[in-house]
Amino acid sequence: MDVLAFLVEPLQYGFLTRALAVTVAAAVVAAVLSCWLILMGWSLMGDAVSHAVLPGVALAYIIGIPFSIGAFVFGAGAVALIGIVRSTTKLKADTVIGVVFTALFAAGLAIVSATPSQIDLMHILFGNVLGVSASDVWQVLILGAVTLAILLFKRRDLTLLAFDRTHAHVIGLNTRFLSALLLGLLALTVVVGLQAVGIILVVAMLITPGATAFLLSRSFDRMLVIAVVLTVAASVTGIYASYYLDISTGAAVVLSQAIVFAVVYLVGRPDGVLWQARRRRPGSSVGGRRQSADAVAAAAVAPRCSADDAATSGA
Amino acid sequence: MSSMPTDHVPTGDAPEDGAPVLDVRGVGVTYDDVQALDDVSVSLRAGSICGLIGVNGSGKSTLFKALMGLVAPQQGTVELFGRTTAAARKAGLVAYMPQAEEVDWTFPVSVSDVVGMGVYGRLGAARRLRPADRAAVGEALERVGLTDLARRQIGRLSGGQRKRVFIARSIAQDARLLLLDEPFAGVDQASERTMTALLRDLREEGRTVLVSTHDLAGVPEFCDEAVLLHRRVLAHGHPAAVLTQGNLARAFGAAPSDAVPRPLLPAPIGEM
Ligand SMILES: Nc1ncnc2c1ncn2[C@@H]1O[C@H](COP(=O)(O)OP(=O)(O)O)[C@@H](O)[C@H]1O
Ligand SMILES: [Mg+2]
Repeated sequence: MDVLAFLVEPLQYGFLTRALAVTVAAAVVAAVLSCWLILMGWSLMGDAVSHAVLPGVALAYIIGIPFSIGAFVFGAGAVALIGIVRSTTKLKADTVIGVVFTALFAAGLAIVSATPSQIDLMHILFGNVLGVSASDVWQVLILGAVTLAILLFKRRDLTLLAFDRTHAHVIGLNTRFLSALLLGLLALTVVVGLQAVGIILVVAMLITPGATAFLLSRSFDRMLVIAVVLTVAASVTGIYASYYLDISTGAAVVLSQAIVFAVVYLVGRPDGVLWQARRRRPGSSVGGRRQSADAVAAAAVAPRCSADDAATSGA
Repeated sequence: MSSMPTDHVPTGDAPEDGAPVLDVRGVGVTYDDVQALDDVSVSLRAGSICGLIGVNGSGKSTLFKALMGLVAPQQGTVELFGRTTAAARKAGLVAYMPQAEEVDWTFPVSVSDVVGMGVYGRLGAARRLRPADRAAVGEALERVGLTDLARRQIGRLSGGQRKRVFIARSIAQDARLLLLDEPFAGVDQASERTMTALLRDLREEGRTVLVSTHDLAGVPEFCDEAVLLHRRVLAHGHPAAVLTQGNLARAFGAAPSDAVPRPLLPAPIGEM
């Protein structure tokens, strides 16, 4: 079997190289953003924004403007709406997020169903990366590059915001602006990722790489690098898997990222679940990130049940 | 002194002479239906350590938030160094040390990363540390005795070391007013002694330290003055004059048994 041929064959098709470019670009931006998103505790916000863009995408198709404009307007609008409802009621954040994004998602479905001939709902929901045009590619590359540049330029402020918002405020930084900036960049990243994996799965790209890198790293800069490297590997693997196994591209990419997470979770770190048996530190469980080793001791004998047992037997 | 307000240099943006470090006048803060502070007035001069003493719920954290501009008082005014709180923050004059439970100890930052955040206020938009800033961070680490642990992730420190990281951050910042909310909670005696010694050194440099606590042990020796808070200021002055039986009975709700009251007196606050 010729490895080179295996790797090169798909690339002779323009649609596949475009798919590769879009997916890798979107995945890199999302991976970088995900590092802050998970540390801010904003994963659910990523879910909300990605669903909330549906009416924007649908309206953009109907009006005939670039879909990214519609998506960005509604993504940012959802963030603003969540902020307003949150600051004027006593409801908890996850409640407000749940109300707002499901409402917007439903509005999007309503719009799509009222104009069935013009829009392919499946493409919006699950992505259509094999069908992207050259101009779509440029849109993704430019938006992605801008988002990435801003994220990296402001990375120290964003890390400070995530780590200690009060200190940021006390030394005179504008924490409201920084939060708004991060949310705006989240909306942009969702727009970038839509093409690659669609509305439903884009949230995976916004969470999984950061989560995986967090498990592997004790320094933020290294976390960024790890997230990017792993996500590029997973994206390329996903595209090839999708070509050779003939499965949905979005699904293949997200599954690859999930498999990387699972491998890292199980064996990829000194305190990985499978290695933990002898490293029990009683009472040191923080937010469930370090699992109990009790179940794992047994799992050394019966590895199949290790992950579940370790997770459920928590501290 | 401050006729050239262009650049903030590490020696500190010299506060105006004569103005109190902290001037709180008639401040009232109400959350919905709970009045947390009522007609609170406190003024502090430079170079002192002041203990802010009161039971849980007496309004200590709320007063800190008013000083940091995190809550806007419905009544009264707050000035720091003769300026608005916002101007004092912008000038890098104020530092806050978070309570242990406010910090995400799993966060992937090292000791020196955190101390480095102290100097961000005087850096450019990208917050790139210059050699002078790195030197300030190194010096701050040296002073609190954490040089050897500079690269360590913050969660992998003892309770006392964790506190010192944040003291080092205030030192690197070169703040003139340090706000410490319950810094001794959950800290052993030895670490507490190390911290109080550090804070005294900082006072010797003319900095002002405001420390809140509900634990009276150590206050008389450690503080130059004390403020007894129970929604209102019950007393303010020399610790010995403030911590009298009568005052403590009013602040802590019941007459303390004798001598030095123990921490965490089970005193419900009357109203609510
Ligand atoms: N964000 C808030 N919303 C409503 N009530 C609050 C809030 N923060 C504090 N309080 C109330 O204000 C009072 C003072 O609280 P606080 O300033 O935290 O006191 P301390 O720090 O001395 O324990 C308490 O009765 C508390 O329940
Ligand atoms: Mg408090």
